[in-house]
Amino acid sequence: MPSVRDIRRRIKSVRNTAKITKAMQLVAASKMRRAQQAAMDSRDYARLLYSVMAQALRHVGDFRPPLMEQRPVRKSALIVISPDKGLCGPLVSNLVREAMKHDPVTTVYVAVGKKAGQAVTRLRRTLLAEFAMHDRPHFADARAVSKFAQDLFLKDEVQRVQVLFTDFISTVSQKPVVWDLLPIGEPRRCCADLKGEKGFSEPVAEEVHMGGATEFKFEPSAPHVLDLLLPYALNYEIFQMMLESRASEYSARMVSMKNATDNAEDLIHHLTLTSNKMRQAAITKELLDITTAALAGV
Amino acid sequence: MPATMKLELVTPESRELTEEIEAISLPSADGEIMVYPGHVPLVTILVPGELTLLRKGKEEILAVGEGFVMVTTDTVAVVTDMAIEAASIDEAKAEEARQQAEKRLHQKLSDEEAATVSATLSKSLAQLNVKRRMHGR
Repeated sequence: MPSVRDIRRRIKSVRNTAKITKAMQLVAASKMRRAQQAAMDSRDYARLLYSVMAQALRHVGDFRPPLMEQRPVRKSALIVISPDKGLCGPLVSNLVREAMKHDPVTTVYVAVGKKAGQAVTRLRRTLLAEFAMHDRPHFADARAVSKFAQDLFLKDEVQRVQVLFTDFISTVSQKPVVWDLLPIGEPRRCCADLKGEKGFSEPVAEEVHMGGATEFKFEPSAPHVLDLLLPYALNYEIFQMMLESRASEYSARMVSMKNATDNAEDLIHHLTLTSNKMRQAAITKELLDITTAALAGV
Repeated sequence: MPATMKLELVTPESRELTEEIEAISLPSADGEIMVYPGHVPLVTILVPGELTLLRKGKEEILAVGEGFVMVTTDTVAVVTDMAIEAASIDEAKAEEARQQAEKRLHQKLSDEEAATVSATLSKSLAQLNVKRRMHGR
């Protein structure tokens, strides 16, 4: 049975923890708003760019850019976009679980963010490279990763590149999604169907009116346009996924820190109650002693 | 043939425009192109310059940056890294950016930096040109 003093000490320590989690919650909340805004603002651009690319490729005619080349898959690269820090609820473990579903023999990993790098090394998978991204992702961060992935693919070191990121759906809902990056193929369909809630990874598959024509005209020429368009679109896809991941990370951190603060407050409430009861019990006992002594003295 | 087509213009910061328009003129890598409804499907590269669109008989001018354009018979999709309406261009700021960029071009730069700076330069020039045309009217 702990003494009143023990409980007091406990309350103090819980209260200190609550102060810290509360502070982290507030920081995460303000970063979350910014990160969510950035991700949402950029979605239209990413989608339209992606749909321009997809449509252009569907109606390109005979020209096959090297980034579209379908080869039998012997090695596959998985880019994992993760936070640098933990304390964001189940987000990281969900990501890692998804990452580890891939075959360890044929999969090589590229980490973006420290947590992914650590997990891949700890689980003894092949880590090809680890990239960092800024707190507010810069386009240059995405370009570096994308360039690396395209080089791997073009040098035939891997025959497929996928990206694992956390799609931001809402403040309370984020889900890990695997996105096929290379080879660029048909418009992709992702498994995002959460009761009508939609993130970035919802499928893009709209038909366009070609007015009888079967191919797009490319100016100056198809290779020229696609040489610029494809790498840029890939860079931007990765950039968007970084934004989504950041928005998810801060949302998850805010929610988990809020839970921690709430729990701590509950705990303080219970402990205070217990300590008060014990204090009252002690007083009652003393009173009893006094009255008994007084009675005995008569 | 429909009299209008749908224009979608987006930048990384926001969806700038989703409008029914009658015609649009764009600065492409091969020079100015004019698009009316029923145009042949086309994909081309957008270069910094002036974009003019005709909406309900009124002309509107925007300064745009680098990007891509996809034209189908009834839609025009423009993805670009900059789009500013003529009225909201800050001439002093654009001028300052231009001078800054020009100064930077004289310094020794890596290829990538040089590309970034010359992109900034052409974008601020595009803004200035649009603004000055407005004044000239």
